[in-house]
Amino acid sequence: MINTTPEKSQIAVDINHVTKRYGTFTALQHMSLSIADNEFFTLLGPSGCGKTTLLRMIAGFEDVTEGEIYLFGDEIENLPPNKRPVNTVFQNYALFPHMSVTDNVAFGLEMLGRSKAEARTRAGEMLELVQLSQFANRKPSQLSGGQQQRVALARALAPQPKVLLLDEPLSALDLKLRQAMRYELKSLQRETGITFIFVTHDQEEALTMSDRIAVMSNGELQQLGAARDIYEAPHNVFVANFIGETNLLDVTVKHITGGRATCDLGGDYALSCDAIDGVSAGAQVHLSVRPERLYLSETATDAEGLEGRVRDNIFIGTDIQTIVALNNGPEIIVRTSNSDRGSSRIFEPGNAVHVNMEAGAARLLVD
Amino acid sequence: MTKRTHDIRRYPGFLPMTILCLTLLYAPLIVVTIYSFNSSNSITNWEGLSLRWYVDVFTGPEAEKFKRAAWNSFTIALIAATTATTIATLAATGMIRAGQFKLRTLSFGLISLPLMVPEIVTAVATLIFFNSIGFVRGYTTILLAHIAFCIPFAYMPISARMQGVEDTYEQAALDLYASKRQAFTKILLPLMMPGIISGFLLAFIISLDDFIITNFVKGAGVETLPTAIFGAVKQGIKPNIMAISTMLLAVSIIMVTISYFISKSDNKT
Ligand SMILES: Nc1ncnc2c1ncn2[C@@H]1O[C@H](COP(=O)(O)OP(=O)(O)OP(=O)(O)O)[C@@H](O)[C@H]1O
Ligand SMILES: [Mg+2]
Repeated sequence: MINTTPEKSQIAVDINHVTKRYGTFTALQHMSLSIADNEFFTLLGPSGCGKTTLLRMIAGFEDVTEGEIYLFGDEIENLPPNKRPVNTVFQNYALFPHMSVTDNVAFGLEMLGRSKAEARTRAGEMLELVQLSQFANRKPSQLSGGQQQRVALARALAPQPKVLLLDEPLSALDLKLRQAMRYELKSLQRETGITFIFVTHDQEEALTMSDRIAVMSNGELQQLGAARDIYEAPHNVFVANFIGETNLLDVTVKHITGGRATCDLGGDYALSCDAIDGVSAGAQVHLSVRPERLYLSETATDAEGLEGRVRDNIFIGTDIQTIVALNNGPEIIVRTSNSDRGSSRIFEPGNAVHVNMEAGAARLLVD
Repeated sequence: MTKRTHDIRRYPGFLPMTILCLTLLYAPLIVVTIYSFNSSNSITNWEGLSLRWYVDVFTGPEAEKFKRAAWNSFTIALIAATTATTIATLAATGMIRAGQFKLRTLSFGLISLPLMVPEIVTAVATLIFFNSIGFVRGYTTILLAHIAFCIPFAYMPISARMQGVEDTYEQAALDLYASKRQAFTKILLPLMMPGIISGFLLAFIISLDDFIITNFVKGAGVETLPTAIFGAVKQGIKPNIMAISTMLLAVSIIMVTISYFISKSDNKT
């Protein structure tokens, strides 16, 4: 398990209060984060939140407006891209169309001044690693999208960079291939021990691959942490909504006693959850409850006593989502795993049900 | 088969129109080509197949004049096209890769404007320019004028090609430790090569073919093929002119063919 803040000595990339402005438009705002050596680090956020901008600043293609970026302790502001021990897998791969696959992969080493023979031997090894040896003499245009993607990966890994930047490398692939490549990328990172900084707007991709995730929105860091922490303990409404699915309920805090807050959900419902700093009685806040931490029953089994009627069932492969309209209250989504179906009854639309909550499922969030 | 109903070949008058256009375009060329192989002294009476006039071009009384003119034409075209292509390549690199600079639109306009200026105006202006700076008219003045007016012709295909080359290729090269110069020579230049070759061939043909400007800026005694042909025609059309024209035509066809195959082989990669 990797600590939330890595030790100083093992920091690969340190981003220190970085701001990026294009004219009057601020693309990144006071971004600060440290990426550990050997880490699979993911920048996750919706389109336009500044992920590519941050990556391009690390690679050296964009100037930093304010703040500093350190690479293994050294300030890199004045290093041009070709002097940084960082390689990039571009979003559209940018394979050189006039060169063979081998020449593409050998390019970086040749530019570093290695002999042609050495560069080609190493290119051959890299192509073996990504299982493309049989295509070594083809031109990039004669490869499928997935194969091109792996050539781009081999090309960026061949000079053994200290940090590899990947800008949405899987977004052009179909679902099956994308899922297969997730595991390949992850194991490649483990084998090579290179720090990966991976950009994606796909939360599932981020959750399955990363050691740590930085969730971004509108050029600002929203939350930084391990996949599990971010999923289970989102810091704010944006993160709770963006990562996975959640029930976001508008509530009013009734009272706080002994570190527990009791919240009014309308109707006669009161939900209790852990209190957080800066929230006192009377505050308008939100509760986030993951649908898989709720379950349905005929009779009440917990103290909250949420009751309602089933509106609809939606089959989504491994799970069934049941939408329940609470009596005198909002709608709430409950997710039941298909494997549990034998033990728990399926409620048909119109049935009266009780909605029960696992302990600690409700999290209090402010805007 | 809805496609059939919109087939342009079924429009009334399509066939006669096509034949008319093709005739207007090619009949004169075909006539000149055929009659260049005539054995007669006359340019209109066919007497039989012969290479007589081709031999005449190379060995006849006017051979020396034509050879010198051809040599001038080819060396001028070669040097002018090479120089203009180099300048146009650098200009295109600067214009397209330097990002948004203030006078970019104006610069682009200035480079392409000469294509729209009537050639006679350019010719007069060039002549006045050379006179006012005291240049003696001759081979050098023709060459300089050709370099100048070939630049926009070379620039067009090169910049069109370059606009299609995304700058991520150069960024990828820089990212892989190439210097700026290496990124240019190893990545950008090869990717632009089809455009550069088209630009060169276009400039070469334009220079080879130019009459108006050349006629103004050439000195006495220095001739290129077009001015030499014009001079000979003034004394009456002899069949050897048709032989020269046919050879020029062949050179053009060869160059266009090369250009075509280069652009085709580029599509394959
Ligand atoms: N050269 C530029 N000039 C002005 N604005 C820019 C420039 N490059 C990016 N931006 C703006 O900066 C913001 C962040 O862009 P960026 O490309 O980093 O987004 P992103 O998170 O990578 O999005 P996506 O997931 O769509 O790739 C966007 O609003 C974009 O419009
Ligand atoms: Mg992006």
